[in-house]
Amino acid sequence: MKHQKMKWFTLVLAMSAVLMLGACKKKAAPPPPPAPPPPAPTASLSANPNTVQQGQSTTLTWETTGATDVSIDGIGAVQPSGSQQVTPAESTTYHLTAKGAGGTQEATARVTVTQSAPPTATAPSPTEEDLFASSIKDIYFDYDKSEIRGDQQSSIQADAQFLSQHSNVNFTVEGHCDERGSTEYNLALGDQRAVSVKTALTQAGVPVSRIKTISYGKEKPFCTESNEACWQQNRRGHFVYQK
Amino acid sequence: MIKRDLQRATYRITILSCSVSNFPKWIYDKVKLILRPTLRRRANALPILIGLLFCLAVTPANAQDWVRTGTSLGAEKVRLAVPDFKSSTSDAQNAALLKAFNDTLWNDLDNSGVVEMVSKSFYPLQVPGQPSDVTLPAWNSPPPNAAMLAFGNLGVMGGKVTVQGWLFDVKNTGTPQVLGKQYSDNGTEEAARFIAHKFADEIIFRLGGGIPGICESKIYFVSDRSGHKEIWVMDYDGSNQKQVTHQGSISLSPRVSPDGARLAFSSLTKSGWEIMMYSLDLNRMVGFPHLGGTNLSPAWSADGFKLAFSSSRSGTSQIYIADASGANLHRVTGNRGPDVSPVWNRKTGSQIAFVSGATGLPQVYTIESDGSNQQRMSDQGYAVSPAWAPNGQFLALSWIRKYGPGAPGSADLYLMDIASKQWVQLTHDGGRNDFPSWAPDGRHIVFQSSRSGKEEIWMMLADGTKIRQLTFTGRNTQPNWSWK
Repeated sequence: MKHQKMKWFTLVLAMSAVLMLGACKKKAAPPPPPAPPPPAPTASLSANPNTVQQGQSTTLTWETTGATDVSIDGIGAVQPSGSQQVTPAESTTYHLTAKGAGGTQEATARVTVTQSAPPTATAPSPTEEDLFASSIKDIYFDYDKSEIRGDQQSSIQADAQFLSQHSNVNFTVEGHCDERGSTEYNLALGDQRAVSVKTALTQAGVPVSRIKTISYGKEKPFCTESNEACWQQNRRGHFVYQK
Repeated sequence: MIKRDLQRATYRITILSCSVSNFPKWIYDKVKLILRPTLRRRANALPILIGLLFCLAVTPANAQDWVRTGTSLGAEKVRLAVPDFKSSTSDAQNAALLKAFNDTLWNDLDNSGVVEMVSKSFYPLQVPGQPSDVTLPAWNSPPPNAAMLAFGNLGVMGGKVTVQGWLFDVKNTGTPQVLGKQYSDNGTEEAARFIAHKFADEIIFRLGGGIPGICESKIYFVSDRSGHKEIWVMDYDGSNQKQVTHQGSISLSPRVSPDGARLAFSSLTKSGWEIMMYSLDLNRMVGFPHLGGTNLSPAWSADGFKLAFSSSRSGTSQIYIADASGANLHRVTGNRGPDVSPVWNRKTGSQIAFVSGATGLPQVYTIESDGSNQQRMSDQGYAVSPAWAPNGQFLALSWIRKYGPGAPGSADLYLMDIASKQWVQLTHDGGRNDFPSWAPDGRHIVFQSSRSGKEEIWMMLADGTKIRQLTFTGRNTQPNWSWK
């Protein structure tokens, strides 16, 4: 009985071995390829220098291998390898396409053209409003005070200087207060702060006709936390450009 | 009468403002004895100061600075029983209207400060709906032991609500009826509340020393719940809140005229802060001249002919007076600092209290309306928002007494006797408390407080008790109580 079982086992093993070998054999011996595939083309493109001023030229250098048909957009068909001078009017991305039997390869090179000095003047310059926003410094106050603090005098002088250089700028000084204390008193205090700034600027030579004042008291805080850093932000004379 | 009540409240709280837990009762009694005559004679102000200093000296720094003890709580108040009104018809609307009526009447009487409400749990099982139902012995002896009984009935018929109400002096068994009233109006909850206010005012007028009740009065205030700060109005108990102005900018400091016909306020316009005028009769803005500068905090004179306000039209903010039309503008104060928040003495019509920053931190001053006799009232700290009591004797104000680094005092409401400049603290419960405004009865004060976490309107009795929140939506500030 045991012997018969062993025989069956050997038979099954032998059959599966035959089947596997047969299957393997078919794969292991494919027909040889008719020809090796042509290698894929390679391509590189560079510009030197890659940043030029407007009107200046730069040299494009490219190299390809395995390509039969090489072209650069905007230039046309070119030699497989070479270089050429170009003078782009504006920033340009040069695009090389190398086609060969093995496929297609692409390469790009970016040339950035910077505006030369004269065109800068014709480009949209920052408006007076932008300059106002970036140059004018707000004036900060001590608690419950409307006198200009010593450390704010330099801001006043700088503001006055800017305003004398831009003599057609009219503006509003907003008086702001921190959240402490009474609504009504803070509005009066904010008014006094705005007037203080106006007076200081007038004394520094800014014509009074260009300055409006308004108080916001504690109605329009810049910062809404309840700590000294925030309160200091809110105790200020804030400049607003008048269109 | 009211003067005596407030004086009593005054020395009660003065005593309570020192901690009683730290020293023996005999000292406490002595302080009390010293304090008793001080409000009548100024010459005795020295002992009170010594007493107060002594109190402060023995009080540890971290002790609670006041204790509500329940001693000397003033005159016994009339015990008033108010059983729920009964239904007199079988209309389906009765239940809702009765609830609105009964709640309003109870709250009005409870808030009045002139009666002690007998708890409903002491009432007999059978409560009256009309005079023939009343059994006097069931009310005038314990457990209710009431002195007065208000009762009646309400019924809707044909869309109209009719209320009959009586007030009985239940100790006077011969002729108990003090008051009998009948009201009729449209069958709405608002009308039921309005009738309850009217009936409550009748009772308060008779039991409160002849001073009219305030249940029909209004409170104007600033609310940001529409997205902008606009002027709103509500009933004195916080119900019926309605938007008045639609300026779409920032509107502040509403002040209703004595006759209730106009509302002055300040608003941010294209030309800055200007005094604005709204007609409550016409429900629209009416003209008031634009003055230039920053114009703030209008205040009506008691005759309704003049407005005092703060204007910076000639530089620093100063107090000006103009006719209610804006004509005859003239300056009253001439201080260095900003002057703001004027309020008239409505008793004399000639004095103004205001806030000035002339000496640094803002302080409260009084001045004659012709600009003479300027007096500083607050001695220290940060004092703002004076409100002159209707009887002319007191100023309520918002005060941070201990102001400065290391003393983060909070803004609390104080009551100051104008003649003696003695003061008592009214609020102790935290938050920033500001903009007190007196009820026409001189017994109540409405104010703004941040004690709930954000600015809301609260009211209390003028001795600091019975504090109640009136607004809950948005931020609500600068309440102003109507004059009647």
